[in-house]
Amino acid sequence: MRKLISVTLLLVIVMIAVFSVSHAMFGAEGARRTGGLREDGVNFGRRYNNRALDETGAANVVAAVVVSYRGFDTLGEVTVLFVAALGLGALLYGARREKNAKEREPASLIVFTGCRFLFPLVLLFGAYVLAHGHVTPGGGFQGGAIVASGFVLVYLGCRGTLPAGRLAAAESLSGLAFVVIGFIGLAVGGSFLLNFLPRGTPLALFSAGVIPVIYVAIGLKVGSELGGIIGNLAGEVSE
Amino acid sequence: MSFLEDYVHYGGCFALIMVGLYVVLVKSNLIKVIIGINLIDTGINLFLISAGYIRTGTAPIFSGAAQEPGKMVDPVPQALVLTAIVIGVSVLALALSLAIRLHGHYDTLDLRKIKELRW
Repeated sequence: MRKLISVTLLLVIVMIAVFSVSHAMFGAEGARRTGGLREDGVNFGRRYNNRALDETGAANVVAAVVVSYRGFDTLGEVTVLFVAALGLGALLYGARREKNAKEREPASLIVFTGCRFLFPLVLLFGAYVLAHGHVTPGGGFQGGAIVASGFVLVYLGCRGTLPAGRLAAAESLSGLAFVVIGFIGLAVGGSFLLNFLPRGTPLALFSAGVIPVIYVAIGLKVGSELGGIIGNLAGEVSE
Repeated sequence: MSFLEDYVHYGGCFALIMVGLYVVLVKSNLIKVIIGINLIDTGINLFLISAGYIRTGTAPIFSGAAQEPGKMVDPVPQALVLTAIVIGVSVLALALSLAIRLHGHYDTLDLRKIKELRW
């Protein structure tokens, strides 16, 4: 009965949506076809594409939007991730106490050696992605996710544990660095997260002012936070 | 039929969202419900990305050679989706931890057996 009600409800929603949008031209494609994708006050995607390289020095326009034009938004996003990690740790703290550390079978020699060989390479690739976010596809969040996948490898392959204290320290320090950079911009030029460093030549590693610095901080924060989340879910964080 | 050809990717996103809604409404296993929430999330992200797409457009990244900014796709939905993916991961992690606690308390993930959650 519940299944039937749900399916009819979904069908009704589908029909309403199809009828309401069947003649609309929406999205960038529709705007372009109706001649609307010009640079003006409203269409800021076009404006970012035209001017991001001059204004921020970042070749990756998405990185310029995330870190520079909408840096405050990104600060809120990082905060949401932090609060989620905090809530997860608080929820699972009691559960971990009850079960205590149960014995696990150690990994075989081949798996252990392969994991030990791969872990630094994964970290290196993550560091490369998060440091080059302003010139190539990638950035702090992507690089942080790659770093966290290295931590998953440690949990699953080496059956190792991560030092929770050091992860928390890295997370706090990088979050602090983000906010401090924002306040330096406020002190120097009068607006939070201002790009106060020289922009340099486009496509160089040291270009785009504070964007790579902030992206490295975000990458460290996301990597350590996701590592902590994975460790909490696996119940294997050493105290 | 040109409507179908032009907007088939929107149809895909919409189908993904509907599959997710179906899973959330019908399935009684808590892990499957969480997977359904994640499916809805993925569908919405795909929708936002495809709303900013321009046919024959390039990625909004300058790569050495002279590149027309006019041909790049809209970077704003991509930045938005970058945010949305991270929020989705946070929601997923929190939901999974709640599921772990529920399993520890009731020894089951079946929503029909967890009496307080019946609807």
